[in-house]
Order: sequence, then C-alpha cells, then structure tokens
Amino acid sequence: MLDDPAAARLAEILAAHEGLEGPLLPILHAVQAEWGHIPDWTVPAIARALNLGRAEVHGVVSFYHDFRDAPAGRHVVRLCAAEACQAQGGRALAAALCDRLGLGMGETAADGSVTLEPVYCLGLCAAGPAALVDGQPLARATPDAILETVRC
Amino acid sequence: MLTLYVPRDALARALGADRVAEAARAHAAARGLPLRLVRNGSRGMAWLEPLAEIEIDGVRHAFGPLSPGDMPALLDDPASHPRALGPTEAIPFLARQTRLTFARVGVIDPLDLDAYAAQGGLAGLRRALLLAPEARIEEIKQSGLRGRGGAGFPTGIKWATVAAAPGPRKYVVCNADEGDSGTFADRMLMEGDPFCLIEGMAICGLSVGATRGYIYIRSEYPDAIATMEEAIRIARHRGLLGPSLLGQGPAFDLEVRVGAGAYVCGEETSLLNSLEGKRGTVRAKPPLPALQGLFGRPTVVNNVISLATVPWIMTHGAAAYRDFGLGRSRGTIPLQIAGNVRHGGLFETAFGLSLREIVEDIAGGTASGRPVKAVQVGGPLGAYFPPSLFDTPFGYEEFDGAGGLIGHAGVVVFDDTADMLEQARFAMEFCAVESCGKCTPCRLGAVRGVETIDRLRAGDPDALPLLRDLCETMKLGSLCALGGFTPFPVMSAVTHWPEEFDRARVAAE
Repeated sequence: MLDDPAAARLAEILAAHEGLEGPLLPILHAVQAEWGHIPDWTVPAIARALNLGRAEVHGVVSFYHDFRDAPAGRHVVRLCAAEACQAQGGRALAAALCDRLGLGMGETAADGSVTLEPVYCLGLCAAGPAALVDGQPLARATPDAILETVRC
Repeated sequence: MLTLYVPRDALARALGADRVAEAARAHAAARGLPLRLVRNGSRGMAWLEPLAEIEIDGVRHAFGPLSPGDMPALLDDPASHPRALGPTEAIPFLARQTRLTFARVGVIDPLDLDAYAAQGGLAGLRRALLLAPEARIEEIKQSGLRGRGGAGFPTGIKWATVAAAPGPRKYVVCNADEGDSGTFADRMLMEGDPFCLIEGMAICGLSVGATRGYIYIRSEYPDAIATMEEAIRIARHRGLLGPSLLGQGPAFDLEVRVGAGAYVCGEETSLLNSLEGKRGTVRAKPPLPALQGLFGRPTVVNNVISLATVPWIMTHGAAAYRDFGLGRSRGTIPLQIAGNVRHGGLFETAFGLSLREIVEDIAGGTASGRPVKAVQVGGPLGAYFPPSLFDTPFGYEEFDGAGGLIGHAGVVVFDDTADMLEQARFAMEFCAVESCGKCTPCRLGAVRGVETIDRLRAGDPDALPLLRDLCETMKLGSLCALGGFTPFPVMSAVTHWPEEFDRARVAAE
C-alpha cells in the first residue's frame, strides 16, 4: 500500500533525476537501492513522471536480471557461474553452497537470511571461483569463507 | 618515510588487500613509524595478490602474496622478508610485457591526477588540442588500432564516420559492459588508471565533435563504478572536463551509467537502448550507430581498451604503435589469462604470441598440475582450442582462420577434467538466459540447443546432425554476436572432442 513517506521519497528520487538523458535505469537503480526491490506501486508513478506507459516501465524492469520484484535476503551471495570459474571448481562450489544452505540457485532462504544467485562473471577470473558477498568481492572462494560472511 | 603500495583493485581486495593495508597502518601507528600508504591499481599478477610494494633506494620492490600477519615484519625489515620478490619490474611476468595501454596501471594512485600527469598522462590530449581535426583522426587511422571489445573494427574509420556525420549533437559512448568470462582488462584499467580512459574519451570527443560522453559500466563492477565516478568528479574540478577541455578546448563532459545485469548490453546497439532507458534489445543495422546511435544522434561506441589506448598513440605517434604487432593486428593487446592456470592475470604484449607461449610459458600451465585440455579464447562466444591448435598466433585474422575469435582477449584454460559436452551445453544455456529475445534463431535456438545436447547425452543418434544444423541457423540467422557466435564454443567442442559427443551414443548401442 502506498503510504505517504514512501510516495514522498519516490518523488524525491524522481526529482533528483530530472534533466538526465534516458533517466529510467538510474531511477530504477535508485528505487531498488531505497526499497531493496522495485515495488509494484512505484511503476505507475515512474511511468507518469517519464511520460511512459506502465507496460513500458514494467518491460524494462523485467528485462534486466538486477531488478527484483521482491526484496532479497539480508545477505546476498552472487556466485560466479561462468566458464573461467567453472575451470577452477566453480560448479563444485555452487553445489556445496546449495547443499549447505538448503537452497537452489536464485532462491532466498525462508527466514530471509540469505539469497543465493548466479552471476555471469565478476572479472576476478584469474583467482576463481569468485563471489560477490553483500557487494564485497571474494576470490578463491570456499563454502566456509562465504558462509562465515553470511552468518555474522 | 616509508612508502608502501597496497592495491585497491577489486581482485586484490577479494584476496584481502584491505586487511593488509589496515594491518600496515595499525603497525606503523603503534610503532610511530612514518608511513605513506598508496592504494595503487594492480600490477596484474593474480597469484601474487595481495602484492605490496616498498620503495627501496628509489626502486619499487614487491612482496606477496601477503596476509595481514606479514605486515609487522615486512615494515620492520623489508629486505629479509620471506615474501620478498625483488624489484617489481624484474619479475619475469612483468618484465616480458610491453605495457603501453597499461603503463600506469599498478604504478600510480589511480585518483592522483598529478601523478597521472607526471607519468605521461594528458600529453596525448595536449597534443590533440594542437592538431587540426583531420590530423587527429588520421593519427588513429594510421596507428592501425582496432576495436578491442572483440569486433576488431578500425577505430579511426569509425571516428571519421561520426566526424563526417551531420548533426548538432554527437556522443561518445564507452562500452564498459565487460561481460565475457575470463576478461578483466576494462575493470583493471578503470580501477587502476581511470584518467587514461577519460583522456581517451576527451580526445575522441574533440576529434569527432562530440561534447558529451557516457561510460556504461556493468553493475557487477562496483569498484570500477566508484573509481570512475570519483575520477570524473576530480577531472571536472580540475578543469580537465567541463566547459572547456583543459581550459583550451571545446566543452566535453562525462557521465557514468550503470548496467543492470544483462550480458547482451555489451552489444553496442542494445547498450544504446539501455542507455536510453529501454529494454536492452538489439537494433538491426543499418543504420550504423556512427550515424544514428544514442537518441538517434551520431555516436562513437568504443570499448574501454580502445579508448584508453588513444592517449598513448596521440603522445607517441601512430608509427610507434603500428610498429608492434602482426599482420593486420597492430599494436598491443592486454591478454587476460584466467581459469585453471598457475600464473594468471593481465599480460599486455604485442600481437603475435602463439597460444602455446601464452598457456605454457607465460601462464605456466594449469594450477591443478594436470594436463591442459582446452583453452577458450574470447569469452563465452569464443571457440575452445585443443592443444593441437596451440601454434595459432594471437591476431584477429589468425584466430578467425583457426575457427575461433580473439574477442576481448580473455584466455581461459581448462585441465583434463573438463567435460566438453557440458561446456557446449553451458554455452547454449548461457545464450538462452541472456538472449534479448528479439530474433528467433537466438531466442528459440539456444533453448533447443540445450534440449538437443541433452538428447545427445542420452544417446539419441539423431541429435548430432540436428545440433550442427541448429548451429548453422543460429550463426547465419541471428541479429547479433550472442546468437551468431554461440555456435563457436559449441561446434569447436564437437569438432575437437568428437568422442565426448559420441560416447553416449556408443554406450546406448
């Protein structure tokens, strides 16, 4: 439901992006930074501000992997699933993490503690397997190193 | 005063560089030791990170890989430290390189504009400001520089097209959506020498008549985003960017835009759509982006490395750059050596090394100690090379002739445990996940490709001809390189390791 402080905050975000060329992605990043996902109620307001249809905004939100329709867990583990990390044990690491967290790739724990998701390359390919844990890069990652970060 | 360098590069941080730097600071403070801590870029030797450097008699000496516990002894008595590697630039991996584009990466504090200028920075822009507009573009044309993002299109010709295009507003767009697995040259350059990219884009803007530029950086690179944004802020504050380039030229300003996790946005037309705030779908060409690009305006879209090489060419002249290289591949290429290797990292060298020299001599073989089975060159759309093709010299035409591509020059090494059917399946799976959906061969072909490889694995004898046929259709019928090049890894695996695709059929019979 749309409460006033949230609407006011969205208005601030929209105002802050006035005058930008092609402002939709920067706005969506700002919305997600604020609420952890793109709440449904923001879409009509964004569409109105940019003179777009709601379907157009929804189309953009749903195109990009980064934009979430629900908040992620308190910790987010993005595990590299691409070739260079595969060559360094990435598949085994992914299997071990899924097993120990009891999650599939792309899932969030029922208690909201952690989200585990694949990412295709973090540019840390000479010291894989790599992960981004709560935005911090981790190379030569092991299940223990990742779980230690997630559990504290 | 002791000067200590500890990299701020994301890979160094991913291996603990921040904790190493903090340990050094704490020990120096506790001992009352005067310490000047410089957070530089990375020298690009991944197996030695975190690699710290200390100036001894004016020469930088390297130490690594380090942990925080190493720091007290290192600061107290560097010379006898067990992690001492000697003078940094004498380390063979570095000594063998020809660093032109990466000359300053790992050397300076990336956000110190004075250090940048002291190490040759801004000389290219200053020279460009003195040249006539045609002479600037001629310099780039004569250098033989080709697009380092993968397509290999001559940079000077692209610039000339934009310069000649009519229109009151033009753009320079830097493609920093470095999504290929096994590549990190763009990331290291942006984190290690951001002013070099800014200078290259400024020269480009000056040359083609653009006053505005965008750097589209993938969201997976938070450190590169932060460093570029800060560098742009500093460049604006110091008058490098803004109403007049260096206070002498026309207006030029830059903005960082952050991607949102779509691999296909590394394709230039979908990148432009994304910058415009649309779904990152591919546009049909023509019209070329050079004529109708961002918001329909004439636009240069160049990769980070292409643009960051421009200042060197402007400073030293086209001939000096063209002197390096092989055939039609002129200059240097920052190889990114990754995967299962002993010595991985960034290795800038003239074109022309053989894959064997790269994999065996420079990378030192596999980290696992097992035999090399396959090397994927050029990212997820690049072919897998077997050892029998390791004599292929590193160049655009040479790799094309061997059924592959150099792409963005990522070299990913696999040992003999690699399952090539699984790698082929992954190529199709990746294409299915990342397809923009605009063209049918890619959108449907990738999904059918995964299914067909699963049938192959289950022993269906009809699946292999079907897979070949499907790859042919994707190659010829796709709108961009995602669908069009996914057949490279798939078919190279089928061609060079046929037994792995036949095993299931044989077993089933």
